[in-house]
Amino acid sequence: MKLHEYQSKQIFSRNGIPIPQGRLASTPIEAKQVAEELGLPVVLKAQVLVGGRGKAGGISLVKTPDEAEEEASKILGNKIKGLPIRNLLVEKAINIRQEIYFGITNDRLAGKPIMIASGEGGVDIEKIACTRPDKIIKVHINPLLGLRDFQVRGIATEINLQRENWRKFLQIGKGLWQVFCDIDATLAEINPLVVTNEGHLFAIDGKITIDDNALFRQRDLIDMRDLSAESPEEIKARKFDLSYIRLSGNIGCLVNGAGLAMATMDNIKICGGEPANFLDIGGGASSEKVSAALKIILSDPNIKTVLINIFGGITRCDEVARGILTALGNNNRNVPMVIRLVGTNAEEGKKLLLDGNQITANTLFEAAQLAVQTAKGVKA
Amino acid sequence: MSILVDQDSRILVQGITGKEGLFHAQQMLTFGTKVVAGVTPGKGGEWVLDGKVPVFDSVRMGVEVTGADTSVIFVPAKHAMDAILEAEAAGISVIICITEGIPIHDMMRVRSYLDNSQTRLIGPNSPGVLSPKQAKAGIIPGNIAIQGNIGVVSRSGTLTYEIVYALKHLGLGISTCVGIGGDPVIGTSFTDILEIFEADPFTEKVIMIGEIGGTEEEVAAEFIASQMTKPVYAYIAGETAPGDKRMGHAGAIIEYGIGSASTKTESLHDAGVIIAHHPEEIPQMIMKSLGLVGSDIDQ
Repeated sequence: MKLHEYQSKQIFSRNGIPIPQGRLASTPIEAKQVAEELGLPVVLKAQVLVGGRGKAGGISLVKTPDEAEEEASKILGNKIKGLPIRNLLVEKAINIRQEIYFGITNDRLAGKPIMIASGEGGVDIEKIACTRPDKIIKVHINPLLGLRDFQVRGIATEINLQRENWRKFLQIGKGLWQVFCDIDATLAEINPLVVTNEGHLFAIDGKITIDDNALFRQRDLIDMRDLSAESPEEIKARKFDLSYIRLSGNIGCLVNGAGLAMATMDNIKICGGEPANFLDIGGGASSEKVSAALKIILSDPNIKTVLINIFGGITRCDEVARGILTALGNNNRNVPMVIRLVGTNAEEGKKLLLDGNQITANTLFEAAQLAVQTAKGVKA
Repeated sequence: MSILVDQDSRILVQGITGKEGLFHAQQMLTFGTKVVAGVTPGKGGEWVLDGKVPVFDSVRMGVEVTGADTSVIFVPAKHAMDAILEAEAAGISVIICITEGIPIHDMMRVRSYLDNSQTRLIGPNSPGVLSPKQAKAGIIPGNIAIQGNIGVVSRSGTLTYEIVYALKHLGLGISTCVGIGGDPVIGTSFTDILEIFEADPFTEKVIMIGEIGGTEEEVAAEFIASQMTKPVYAYIAGETAPGDKRMGHAGAIIEYGIGSASTKTESLHDAGVIIAHHPEEIPQMIMKSLGLVGSDIDQ
């Protein structure tokens, strides 16, 4: 679960990380009022959960209240990468002497948190990571011992931070570690952390991603989820604990297991078709869950056929078959189905589906071929 | 024969009185594996599975009474970290964690702790370990594989069943199938298992099944290039997945342009690994390498 910039900054601020003065505005008038209160110049920043918003016109520096209103009305109601902009963060503009990248994420390979910093922060940090990796400082943190002061001092030295800022930098580093641990983050990032001409440090932009698996113990944060970044089908899928991602093709996929779901999509592409979605019903799915999954798939108007590929382990194929029948009973669209059931209770499942006009397949490759032919209108 | 578990393994099931724990403990018993103990705190003294398996309040008691050496964990995600640490403290040598959805911060702490331990952790979010005619520790269906000399290591569950099942259809058997788990932070890596297969006299070929996300396959490629003499076949799921979307909770996310299917297949190919583009291609390739024709999987 991703947090907006303004949400991330609220959390940073609570943990001793200095942020610029600012407030949220959702109308041009409000933006003007906030600008006047803060004192100009101010920066207007679109609150949207995608990267590259600066380049997409989502950030604007304004010098007068009228300009604030005018620019705010341009940005609000606009879309960035298809996502609506509902709110602006209006912040006091800050002069910049140095931009630093400062973040913590998890290093999968090492199985440890890793603190990453660079003296050359800002929008091109990913490019620097590729072209000049020596400019990126990485320090593993032992989660049993926590971040140690000497590690942060070491980073400060490596990025050539002036000595007079070490104490503040240490406080920010410790604050960032506190945030990372307290809210079960998988990413807590300040980019840029700015050093001003006066020698102050401010987190100008921030990103936090929270581990979905830890939301059971982060109940306060659940309300921060922005549903506008997700399609109604994806929201519905989550209610049933299904992983669903809509794609642009016309062959619906209903599969158990994320790996097998991706393999099924790979097979469809190899056979010349395009998958309409990724959908993993998980392990041991009930007929209700399968039925909900199929209904979500069929709600996509582009669907020409559905490929159901189930390898029963924990999942029982007869349970899946019952779910399919329930969904079909409530659906008027006559979408052909290619069904492949293997493993636990496959024979019982196939018997239940015997009366329907579904197409059955033995191997995954054959199922993909049949689905692609069916979607193209070739008689299987 | 097998790696990690064998017919002498003495299995303890943590969370044995839960729905899944009980069902799969029964499946393991039916397969012929020695399930010697179960643990559910508060239910010690009970017997489950027709009085065949005693339940203990703690792993320590289970180990003391039954001599269990391998644990299979089915406890819910919020208690899983504790379950792993309890098994380690009781001296279990191989822990297989089936539980999915464990918070990543919990796993980072567990990994750091186990760095100084002799205990091996497989998973979490692992389907377990299966060795035909030897042992079944976990949830991999026992009847989808036959005994042979191919080692299988995978990050996925059902996708692995698919490949093992396709092997069986062509009469190809496996030594051991190891599901290392699909989570971002896991106890045992591809490289760890490849190293064990390389040393195992009963494994002649290895199949590796990866997915997009992370860089474990790339690291494994380095090991294969420098250390492995046995032929390795690989399939990486997600070749056609869109780059910016997260495909389920299996950790299938592409970070900063690395960890895509193409970077993985390229580095594996450069390491001399034979790459398949869809799962059922692997058994066909092995048949060809043996001079046998395997054009029809259904035969």
